[in-house]
Amino acid sequence: MSALAVGRLDVTLLGRRVLGDVDLAVPSGSWVTLVGPNGAGKSTLLKAVAGAVEHAGSIGLDEVSLDGMRSRERARQVAFVPQEPTRPDGMNVVDYVLLGRTPYVPYFAVESASDVAVVEELLDTLELRELADRPVTSLSGGEFQRAVLARALAQQAPLLLLDEPTSSLDLGHAQQVLELVDELRVDRGLTVVSALHDLTTAGQFADRLVLLVDGEVVAEGPVREVLTEKLISAHYGAAVRVVHDADGGVVVVPVRERTARLTKRTDGA
Amino acid sequence: MKTTPPQRPARDDTAPVRPVRLTAGPLLLAVSVLLVVMLLGMTIGPAGLPVRGVLVELVGHVPGVDVAGGLDEQDTAVLWELRVPRVVLGMMVGGMLAIAGAGYQGVFRNPLADPYLLGVAAGAGLGATFAIVSGTDRAFVPLFAFTGGLAGVAATYALGRSAGGRSVNSLILAGVAVSAFFAAIQTYVNQRNSDSLREVYGWILGRLLTAGWDEVLTILPYVAVATAVIFGHRRLLDVLSVGQDEAGSLGVPAARVRLLVVLAATLGTAAAVAVSGLIGFVGIVVPHIVRMLTGTSYRIILPLSALLGAAFLVAADLAARTLISPGELPVGVLTAFIGAPFFTLVLRSTRRSW
Repeated sequence: MSALAVGRLDVTLLGRRVLGDVDLAVPSGSWVTLVGPNGAGKSTLLKAVAGAVEHAGSIGLDEVSLDGMRSRERARQVAFVPQEPTRPDGMNVVDYVLLGRTPYVPYFAVESASDVAVVEELLDTLELRELADRPVTSLSGGEFQRAVLARALAQQAPLLLLDEPTSSLDLGHAQQVLELVDELRVDRGLTVVSALHDLTTAGQFADRLVLLVDGEVVAEGPVREVLTEKLISAHYGAAVRVVHDADGGVVVVPVRERTARLTKRTDGA
Repeated sequence: MKTTPPQRPARDDTAPVRPVRLTAGPLLLAVSVLLVVMLLGMTIGPAGLPVRGVLVELVGHVPGVDVAGGLDEQDTAVLWELRVPRVVLGMMVGGMLAIAGAGYQGVFRNPLADPYLLGVAAGAGLGATFAIVSGTDRAFVPLFAFTGGLAGVAATYALGRSAGGRSVNSLILAGVAVSAFFAAIQTYVNQRNSDSLREVYGWILGRLLTAGWDEVLTILPYVAVATAVIFGHRRLLDVLSVGQDEAGSLGVPAARVRLLVVLAATLGTAAAVAVSGLIGFVGIVVPHIVRMLTGTSYRIILPLSALLGAAFLVAADLAARTLISPGELPVGVLTAFIGAPFFTLVLRSTRRSW
């Protein structure tokens, strides 16, 4: 069964067609990653699903349309981790994670004990309890990304959208965050849709990849079918070698064509 | 900044997790400041009242308490018909302006936002000018000011919508345009009626002249509703601190929150301005001082701003009516005169980014 079904999605921003006729089906409980060159429309697609961008076409979750849903209802279905989340001045980690309970807090009220209990459980799961009283402005990149994940999980939404969740993290922290997402996906039965620019990482942490170029889907399928030298050099304008490792993983290595040319010229001299 | 080495956790793992809330210390301090200022405001004046007598008289009015003989008949009349209404009006106006300022700063996420941002002041000023110039009964000046204030905001809102949809900046710029336009008309009207200039000017600078409880009762419903609505949004104002887009993805109907808070703050401000004139600086200085001294959550900023805004205006009014006694200074001059240096002092000593 497919959890997220996007049909004929069209987005025009400032007169420019950013997404054209995009269809996307994400099976329940799976992890689909959007890849593609800069400006391909990966973030826009995620924002459209999150309801933050005006669009034409249909977006449904478990056969229920997300379009026209009140923002509060939608936030219970879809949690969104933006690429560069704001760090509010003076707010500590507990209150930051509690922001995720907003769709459950009545309009004029504040959090109830059950909201606090949900957050407490998440602080333990994401190893944030020691940091609970620290202002979010004082956290390292990896710590803050865990807090942002905790906030998204506090929404208790079945669909989790991640827009470049590792863009500000070093290699080790990037892996830890993605492993954490994968564990949570399995434990909680979440459906995950992410945008990642690192192709090797994208291949390691997704069931399926969708290659977006100029707002259109040009390839879609299992990692090995999308991460091919032919597709990548055609759409990224990059020279790469794709190496298949013994565990079934795919490694995309950039190569420098100029080196080859230089070598040739030296030979000729 | 604290650092937390992993070997030595900064917090006890079993300590309960609590959402941000106003703690007893700052609350008690603010209440004490307000009570002291209120007592000073009730006792000091041309006819000085004994502190002890005033206290006995006040306690005697608590239901179920029976003490009498605090003050003689004349002093009792001074207390209940002059001092108490004036102190209560000062509290309502000061508290309202401070809460409205905090609300504006929260929804616009702009540290310069104040209760007069969207054309309320210019509209109210124009309304009052018309009333005074046309020789209308002075009792109707507040009504004219109130109507003018609402008209100013309505014009700002209509202009902002037509210029830039729901963008915050277009609304603020529309407020600037409407204020300049209304001020131009007001200047022209004043120019043509120089005999009433002094009276108009006196009104604009702000004053808490009262006789009895009429003004208090007039603005009570507006101030009560406005305060309740803004307080109701205390958590949502915190959520808005992550920005409109992220707040939207967390399920906040940001446009509706902004509209409700702005409407409430404007209504309350218009009511306050109608009876007190244009008292400046309270709405901008009080919430900032609270923010810099205690914290950035609106659950703390709103109640403390209400208490300290009330105390600040009662204190300023006390100074306004005693410094050049028997004459009286416009209280709006004093709020800026005291507020600006104090604000600068706090700003320099905390250096917290907004």
